[in-house]
Amino acid sequence: MTETTLPTKADTQASETLVIQPTRGLGSLNLRDLWRYRELAYFLTWRDIKVRYKQTLLGAAWAIIQPLLQMIVFNFLFGNLAEIPTDGIPRPVFTYSALLVWNLFSKALSDAGRSLVANRNMITKVYFPRLLIPLSSVLGGIVDFAIAFVILLGMMFYYEITPTVSIWTLPLFLLLALVTALGIGLWLSALNVNYRDIRYIMPFLTQFWLLASPVAYPLSEISDTWRWLYSLNPMVAVVEGFRWALVGQGSTYDAMPLLWISILSSLVLLISGLFYFRRMERTFADMV
Amino acid sequence: MSEYAIKVENLGKHYRIGAQVDRFRTLRDTIADTVTWPLRALRGQLPSGYETVWALRDVSFDVRKGQVLGVIGRNGAGKSTLLKILSRVTEPSQGRAEITGRVGSLLEVGTGFHPELTGRENIFLNGAILGMKRGEINAKMEEIIEFAGVRKFIETPVKRYSSGMYLRLAFSVAAHLEPEILVVDEVLAVGDAEFQRKCLGKMSDVAQQGRTVLFVSHDMSAILRLTDESIVLDKGQVIHRAPTQQAVDFYMSSGFSQSGERNWSADEISADAQPFCPVALRVRNPQGEVSDTMRSTEPITVELEYQLEEPIQALRLGIYLQTVRGEVVFTSFDTDSPEQYERYATRPAGHFVSRCQIPANLLNEGQYVVGLNASAFRVKRYFQDERALAFSIDAAGAPGKQWGEVRLGPVRPDLNWHIEEAA
Repeated sequence: MTETTLPTKADTQASETLVIQPTRGLGSLNLRDLWRYRELAYFLTWRDIKVRYKQTLLGAAWAIIQPLLQMIVFNFLFGNLAEIPTDGIPRPVFTYSALLVWNLFSKALSDAGRSLVANRNMITKVYFPRLLIPLSSVLGGIVDFAIAFVILLGMMFYYEITPTVSIWTLPLFLLLALVTALGIGLWLSALNVNYRDIRYIMPFLTQFWLLASPVAYPLSEISDTWRWLYSLNPMVAVVEGFRWALVGQGSTYDAMPLLWISILSSLVLLISGLFYFRRMERTFADMV
Repeated sequence: MSEYAIKVENLGKHYRIGAQVDRFRTLRDTIADTVTWPLRALRGQLPSGYETVWALRDVSFDVRKGQVLGVIGRNGAGKSTLLKILSRVTEPSQGRAEITGRVGSLLEVGTGFHPELTGRENIFLNGAILGMKRGEINAKMEEIIEFAGVRKFIETPVKRYSSGMYLRLAFSVAAHLEPEILVVDEVLAVGDAEFQRKCLGKMSDVAQQGRTVLFVSHDMSAILRLTDESIVLDKGQVIHRAPTQQAVDFYMSSGFSQSGERNWSADEISADAQPFCPVALRVRNPQGEVSDTMRSTEPITVELEYQLEEPIQALRLGIYLQTVRGEVVFTSFDTDSPEQYERYATRPAGHFVSRCQIPANLLNEGQYVVGLNASAFRVKRYFQDERALAFSIDAAGAPGKQWGEVRLGPVRPDLNWHIEEAA
């Protein structure tokens, strides 16, 4: 009677059975595995951040120097020479804020694109959800962004710009930038495994994309009729929205339909990227 | 609950060689292939485009919980592919495998080590990659550092480590992994002899803790020491399963020509070997006869015939003589002497025979295996076959034969003993 079924050791460990077999079709996203390996995502991101400025003289100061120099060049070209308007925002703030979020995006994109090939020794030797590699590359850029953001706050103080309530939407636009970068990064990294051409395409891609985004000019320079098409580029919403969130005025980014176009196109990139990545994932170890 | 930790059914994996040869396919290739596809389809050229090679085919076996199973086989027999599939690095093309329990796989030690990070940081990173939780790593940190013996340098970037220290640290992390099922490939072949012994000790601890282990090694003595049962893989298939002692004997005696001569056919030589092409390896007795039994008291001629399609710089051809347990007795290259080394700085294309003589009164009785290596030092390894040929030594008439006992050790030299009465 007293022999109630005490859980045996085997039961409590609940060692589940893993079935290995060829996957057919699209396969699932396997989010459970992703969650189980979340600590690895943390460590990989931490490694990327930790290693970035090793053996440099100036260290993390580069995170500030780069966008500052870019800003000076941009201001000279587009301000002093081309005299492109800035919707009434002081030009340094206008350019620097856009460059910050742009750099976050372009760095995440190119790091993620190269990530699988750069980590081939891990891919061919150990199992873990491959998705973690481009994901942690994308997340690694946030620290640089945060450092450079401090300078932006200083600039705003200098130009006496007081943030309005719209500042609370700032994280949303950052998230949109990261999601877009991850979406493209998934495509590029998986393609790069099979086609090393991607390595050569990436620099052009980011250059053209920069010109196709309102970094050096405001959205208001684009004629009304074409804005919907222009907004298919998710970075339009990111850059314009980021400025609007900071300054809260001057910018024309109050057009919700345009924002939705950008968000939608970003989600399409992410979801298609996820599926393509999952589909190609099974041959990574053989091809990379 | 199933009593099996690993159950493998009809597992197979094929590679397309076309895809393997030009590993770096460019977009242009794919576009060109796509464009010309209808044309080639019409001409019926499509099937020849890719040839598939089965690295593993119809492999079925099971491993009971707590069992330590060895996997032996020549290079290219499919051992690594099997382990890669079981550790989920790559997907099978057919069949299935069921694994019950947490798997830890060690296909390599030090995976993901970053040269710029310190020893301690790499322990965290590597541990996480191997599937350890942060708390687990923290708890074992001291033990890992202690085992590796690198405490003094633990805050130093590993790029400043000596290669020995690096390997010790890498192995130490791996050795502290505590999965229910451990899949291990050749990782014991690291570090110096003393550290290898330490690793073997650690591995046998693991084996005795009732964990399931799948163990691959070239080192027959390690296989014999750590496993009770083994499977033998050949050409992607399981050809034998038996208690390890028998499996090792089977492996050592199978696949060798029994005639004292080994010939290579074109399909046995990988494309990497180009322009080197082995033709035959023979052992001859002083009468010039090719045989699989040599006498300990007579010199043995080892003869290697090969073809060079193109001249090769700094090519050296060598033999490894090993016991059946896999211990190397000696290694020797045909350009060991300074004169030969100078003379064959570049070996021209052509047909060659390299010969050497193993002196009389050197080898003890028993079975020996000759391995072959053709390489340019630190440039390229053209060809390697660790088990090209086996022969046995008959010790009749050798020193000490008046006692009918088995002598230990692979050599049985005539040491020219002198006995004198000391005053």
